[in-house]
Amino acid sequence: MTDKFNLAGVSFDSRLIIGTGKYRSHSEMQDAHRASGAEMVTVAVNRVPLDRKTESFLDFLDPKMMILPNTAGCYDVEHAVRTARLAREALETDWLKLEVIGDPVTLLPDNEQTLEAAKILVSEGFIVLPYFSDDLIMAKKLLDSGCPAIMPLASPIGSGMGVQNPSNLRIMREQLPDAVIIVDAGVGVPSDAAKALELGADAILMNTAIAEAGNAAQMAEAMKLAVRAGRLAYLSGRMPKRLYASASSPIEGAIS
Amino acid sequence: MKITVNGEEKEIESGLNLSEVLDRLITLDHKIAVELNKNVIRKKDWETTEVLDSDELEIVHFVGGG
Repeated sequence: MTDKFNLAGVSFDSRLIIGTGKYRSHSEMQDAHRASGAEMVTVAVNRVPLDRKTESFLDFLDPKMMILPNTAGCYDVEHAVRTARLAREALETDWLKLEVIGDPVTLLPDNEQTLEAAKILVSEGFIVLPYFSDDLIMAKKLLDSGCPAIMPLASPIGSGMGVQNPSNLRIMREQLPDAVIIVDAGVGVPSDAAKALELGADAILMNTAIAEAGNAAQMAEAMKLAVRAGRLAYLSGRMPKRLYASASSPIEGAIS
Repeated sequence: MKITVNGEEKEIESGLNLSEVLDRLITLDHKIAVELNKNVIRKKDWETTEVLDSDELEIVHFVGGG
């Protein structure tokens, strides 16, 4: 496969990045990860329970997977920055999915605080992949702050609503032709993933759509195929949309 | 003395370094990170960092997430 996905100096074959949350069992997660073909997975930073021995979650991940820690659950710059520093210390990675949430009901990002946190973390040497609301101007500011990619949402986290604003995604693609765009959050079914890639997203990040599927591994494979289909369609160039028909068979020469 | 660990108040003897405090609090050997009064303390510095009365510790590891 020559169509590599290049991100911050690393080359991936897969354009699908997946989460590790909400699976019913570790083995189900492992099967889904294998079926997805993903090469990078996200993990969350959380307090160690003091009252019991806990297992090391990381031991259940394929050692070949690149691990991308997130700052989920952070509602302000300070907590996001502290969580990022803890993640780096524990994992010895500079890579980070930056999330600064603005509201517990929608889990929509606080774009303003995300930008502020991104600036601090970039200055500390982090490779910041910011999750944000799909806004072109914020995308530009995040890229200017030194983020190697931008991660606009498709719809709220865990909603399964798919790409709610395809125009914004298309505008970002057209106006930021060199930017690495990873659609993050809101995918429900493979057609949502295909749509995002068709619109020009370079990659897609999802968790719930696979973890909450009745058969997670099978859905993971479906997502893998959809991401590939969407990417090939984008590279191929779609036909123009027309209001009226355009005959596929010759009109002249039909019998009268 | 009293310290706060992951939001919980804990009674612990004084004069211990961070490494000794962690030994008393958790039974883990996997990848964790520790913050003392909002500053990350690197593992190599645990034994030389004294834990004082009223200190606040955060001990984290990784869990599933998206």
